[in-house]
Amino acid sequence: MADVISTSPMRSDASPPHNPIAELLTPEGTLTAEGERLAGVSDETLRELYRLMVVMRRLDQEGLNLQRQGELGLWGPTLGHEAAQVGGALAMRATDWIFPYYRDFGMAIVRGVDPGKLLTIFRGLRHGAWDPHEYRFAPFIIPVGTQVPHAVGYALGCKLDGDDTAVLTCFGEGATSTGDWHEAMNFAGVFKAPVVFLCQNNQWAISVPMSEQVAGRIVDRAAGYGFPGVRVDGADALTVYAVVQMAADHARRGEGPYLIEALSYRLGPHTTSDDPTRYRTEEDGAAWRAHDPIARAEERLRQRGAWDDAFASACQREADERAASMRATLIAATPDHPASVFDLVYANPPQTLLRERDAFVADLAPDAPQEGH
Amino acid sequence: MSSATETATVTMGKALNLALHDSLRDDPRALIFGEDVGKLGGVFRVTDGLSEEFGAARVFNTPLAEATIAATALGLAIKGFHPVAEMQFDAFSYPSFQQVTSNLAKYHTRTGGACPMSLVIRIPYGGNIGAIEQHSESPETYYVHTAGLKVVTPSNPLDAYALLRAAIADPDPVIFLEPKARYWMRQELALPVAPQSLDHASVARAGTDATVIAYGPTVAVALAAAETAASEGVSLEVVDLRSLSPIDWDTLYASARKTKRVVVVHEAPIFMGLGAEIAARMMHDLFDALVAPVERIGAPTTPYPPSRHEKLFLPDADRILEAVDRTREY
Repeated sequence: MADVISTSPMRSDASPPHNPIAELLTPEGTLTAEGERLAGVSDETLRELYRLMVVMRRLDQEGLNLQRQGELGLWGPTLGHEAAQVGGALAMRATDWIFPYYRDFGMAIVRGVDPGKLLTIFRGLRHGAWDPHEYRFAPFIIPVGTQVPHAVGYALGCKLDGDDTAVLTCFGEGATSTGDWHEAMNFAGVFKAPVVFLCQNNQWAISVPMSEQVAGRIVDRAAGYGFPGVRVDGADALTVYAVVQMAADHARRGEGPYLIEALSYRLGPHTTSDDPTRYRTEEDGAAWRAHDPIARAEERLRQRGAWDDAFASACQREADERAASMRATLIAATPDHPASVFDLVYANPPQTLLRERDAFVADLAPDAPQEGH
Repeated sequence: MSSATETATVTMGKALNLALHDSLRDDPRALIFGEDVGKLGGVFRVTDGLSEEFGAARVFNTPLAEATIAATALGLAIKGFHPVAEMQFDAFSYPSFQQVTSNLAKYHTRTGGACPMSLVIRIPYGGNIGAIEQHSESPETYYVHTAGLKVVTPSNPLDAYALLRAAIADPDPVIFLEPKARYWMRQELALPVAPQSLDHASVARAGTDATVIAYGPTVAVALAAAETAASEGVSLEVVDLRSLSPIDWDTLYASARKTKRVVVVHEAPIFMGLGAEIAARMMHDLFDALVAPVERIGAPTTPYPPSRHEKLFLPDADRILEAVDRTREY
């Protein structure tokens, strides 16, 4: 693997990156008929996209309900992100890794993370709720954009190990203003790391609209880092699925990174602590409400003659059952012993910390939970 | 490759180079990367010859972006590598501060222990090399104040070798501070060196009348002061912290109980420096054992001075001896 570093003395002379996926998209960023044929997305996969989006939306609504009922300290709604998250996550192989941002609830669902356990993070019970190796799904990262270079590091490791693995990382348009994001893009370009950058451009970073956040177009940044980028309709799960899959295959073939800007809209608040009435109107999102990812998937299934009402009812029933199960898991979750905060600071903890732990336990009020409970 | 002992007189820079070399040789998952660490061998030549011997897949240059150097180490650690990342100078580690404090230090906790961060970030630090601005900083307090990191610093070639190897073998993220003014300090090194623990202070010189606690670049200064004191009939014990987080309180307390007088010396500002923590703990825990207040020597609350003035700001043997005298007035 001596080719980790390009030995070309003048990389800047390279011609503009070849962009094969762009040729399969309409000007609006949806897959062309030819693209759909080439992507070969089966009816079964399309139904899976539909099913997972219905589940995701229902669980997201339950998350909002739980916060409103005082069961969660915070919830970051995902309404409007269904196509990008389900399409993006389902496109990756089980052996691929995903480095999500904090709103990637739908990706966690696709990856099989227990949503009831995930919600314990937002209940203040713990900072992380799953083993990343088990799901090939890195933890939610709160500091905006800082997970993007983690994905590049992991992808570089895949390249060094000669793995047949691609890495997907997600972020919003606000993250593309951070230095870490630009650094990560450049590292990925220099190392030709097998990583797909999926921007879920929902057009709002809390109260700041895209017009005040982004100069030029995010998708055009890719060319500056020596790899291709495409802007896609982020409300069309089939398009996101097909494009992420093609980009991941491109990365797996050793052809380097891809940037995908999935344009969508954050229909809800940033989080339950936000008040969008202070900075935007209902009309602002009207066009996107009419462009609903689940309705779009239904439309595509109908066009293929692959729709049936019984399937739709079954999806809704599954979603309701999983929402109830998620709620039950969350409510049943109990805090770990407070001293557990000491237990994971280090893999090999120093004696000084163990002594602090002992002192902490000794100082706990007599009615505090006992160790082992 | 050999069990026979090889003895050579080496500089600290060479000792570090040997530690990196031997880690690459013994640990197939060890990787080295950073700015200019490839063909150039680093601006201080600590990685000299390593890319040639081990290849560009194990020792490689990165773009000039410290945050992503640290973040890349994180991603590689998840993949099971043992990265050793180099920050070129102390102040140039600051762009990586968010990645180090918010992600590297907390990833083990955040993943329920599933993703240990077995990696090292090497940072040349400290002054006294006649450098321009941003090349002489002592950033240790920033790092020791973050749970989840281990922070170590050698004061001599032997410790440089042993501590760096221990840091690379450790499952936790280690900030490895290299006193750049001591890169050229020579010492006899006999390889192989017995494995050492990462978190123990050492008594660099035994004494009875007062304890001087130092680390990294100030240990040699403290030893020089002890030599002078000895010629005046005063016996100083010099304790080399080696580990700044955690601190080996047992070794410090044993020395303080014996001498009853303590001086802490570092290049970093006195305000909230390591000396503040040591003095506070000793006042509390050794109130009856000490006979004098703990003295602290360090920088004033100013930016690091232009190099023409640096000798006036850096701790020297005279300042240490004056501080010892103040403790001996009690």
